[in-house]
Amino acid sequence: MALLEIENLTVEFGGGSNPFRAVEEVSYTLEKGEVLGIVGESGSGKSVSSLAVMGLVSFPGKVTASRMAFDGVDLQTLSPRQRRKLTGSDVAMIFQEPMTSLNPCFTVGYQITEALKIHQGGTRAERKARAVDLLGQVGIPDPASRLGTFPHQLSGGMSQRVMIAMAIACDPRLLVADEPTTALDVTIQAQIMDLLLTLQRERGMAMLLITHDLAVVAEAAHRVVVMYAGQVVESGSVPAIFDHPRHPYTKALLAALPERAIGAERLNTIPGVVPGAHDRPKGCLLAPRCPHVQDRCRTERPPLEDGPDQSRVRCFYPLDPDGVPTA
Amino acid sequence: MISFVLRRALLVIPAFIGVTLLTFALVHLIPGDPVLMLAGERGISVERHAELMTQLGLDQPLWLQYATYLGNAIQGNLGKSIVTHRPVTEEFLTLFPATLELSFCAITFAILLGIPAGVLAAVKRGTILDHGVMVVSLTGYSMPIFWWGLLLIMLVSGILGWTPVSGRMDPTIWMDSVTGFMLIDSLLTKEPGAFSSAIRHLILPSLVVGTIPLAVIARMTRSAMLEVLGEDYVRTARAKGVSPLKVVMVHALRNALIPVITVIGLQTGVLLAGAILTETIFAWPGVGKWLVESIGRRDYPAVQGGILLIATVVILVNLLVDVLYGVVNPRIRYRR
Repeated sequence: MALLEIENLTVEFGGGSNPFRAVEEVSYTLEKGEVLGIVGESGSGKSVSSLAVMGLVSFPGKVTASRMAFDGVDLQTLSPRQRRKLTGSDVAMIFQEPMTSLNPCFTVGYQITEALKIHQGGTRAERKARAVDLLGQVGIPDPASRLGTFPHQLSGGMSQRVMIAMAIACDPRLLVADEPTTALDVTIQAQIMDLLLTLQRERGMAMLLITHDLAVVAEAAHRVVVMYAGQVVESGSVPAIFDHPRHPYTKALLAALPERAIGAERLNTIPGVVPGAHDRPKGCLLAPRCPHVQDRCRTERPPLEDGPDQSRVRCFYPLDPDGVPTA
Repeated sequence: MISFVLRRALLVIPAFIGVTLLTFALVHLIPGDPVLMLAGERGISVERHAELMTQLGLDQPLWLQYATYLGNAIQGNLGKSIVTHRPVTEEFLTLFPATLELSFCAITFAILLGIPAGVLAAVKRGTILDHGVMVVSLTGYSMPIFWWGLLLIMLVSGILGWTPVSGRMDPTIWMDSVTGFMLIDSLLTKEPGAFSSAIRHLILPSLVVGTIPLAVIARMTRSAMLEVLGEDYVRTARAKGVSPLKVVMVHALRNALIPVITVIGLQTGVLLAGAILTETIFAWPGVGKWLVESIGRRDYPAVQGGILLIATVVILVNLLVDVLYGVVNPRIRYRR
């Protein structure tokens, strides 16, 4: 049984007859100890879908799914109190902006021990010792003296380490990492990514790695889900997707990698923008930007279809290994 | 933290000098001759008038009058009232407990009701509850204090007869003044019913004085909370599994309190201004009523001294607020 099963997850904002769908019928599964990369441009719904998994989408966002289960437990049938028992203990999350994700009014020690207090209890001294241990594990020098510091006294990289310490405090089985390195310096990015992958391997923890950096996914993830405009357009194992992308969008994303434009005058780009709330195409959402668009693409929405080796693709004419659309 | 408090305390000195300059200038800009006022309707001879002017030091150039005034003020001597011939400081200190008691009850009422109302409005934003809180607070803020006070006296004291109309204590209860604070004195005395009488006398005036601060605090809390609730660290707290109540009351409110505390500090000035009108309406024997009467009598030293002492209180309260800032917000405490 998969650790996390998501089927037809939809998140809508704004009521009435025409709500905006930030996430539309997203489906994926995550095995125990597996790293699943979710990639997409800004506005593709990758962050919102992960917040929905955490139960953190607040009013007026509306979350629906035909199945959303963690370790076999249907998350939708849980009471808010039961759900909170999972969040922060079995399922933890780290965010994109470490500098603003820590509460400026409380010490690092307080913020780490708070999660321990809620989920594990124990005495104050035990929690404090555990917090020191955690800060050491995430590579913060002289951890005991750091408990009393406030977030504004920490650098971005240090703040993200504290966030990671907080997230792994209760030994989660699933860590959701929402662009954990985007706001950091390039040198720090590599360190934080290494730290996350080391912790993931040591603890056998599953990880949902949300990023717009395909290079990170290639390095870290076992499987990848490509999102576009709130939908999953392709998913599969990392080697398969990187070698032979079947969806034109995935192919364009890969072509936009600077590494793949060595020697070229200009970097490759994808013309156009992600459709917004009011200009969503009737047919395939990529149709206005797709180089291989056909008439059918403009009038009909393609379904997400299963392919070989647990891969899935949402395209009427998926590309063959040579990059040519199939009939 | 100690150096932070000291640095803030030093800022009190220029503020104090500024206030003396202002009160001095303002009082001398009020038209009218204090000696003529003293003489009353009988009139006064030109010689006697000049003699009295010299005696009171009013014939000297303004800058010299100010220098003398400032020198005396620093030594705690604010002169004698022209009317009662008692030292201004003494008169002020006798009456100040009444005002302090009223202001304290008013601001407590405003904080205890205003912060929860603001938090509730922010958490339930866009609902009827939110709109209700905002409409009521806008009404409260816009209400002229004297009119609001008279209205409440008519309704609650006059028609319903729930509270006394004026004063601090039932005239049939007699007790010694120990601290000057009725709530404390009435507990010290053996008189039955004294404490409840003190409270019943306090209710309406506190409500009236506290109305504007209450409205301002509620609105400020709401907008600060709305801003803070959208912050990343609130999401982080929820991601840790913190209960919604604790997210709001611990993680969000602590941050939202920073601007609210500023406003509470600023409101003490409004509070004392409100006390002046309210004390007059409720015949509350405090410094507000005394000041109004002193202005009417052109009692220069009393007005000057009274305003200076009230301003000093406001300055000290704001010093306290600055220190509280540091306690609530570590970013201020540790800034070098």
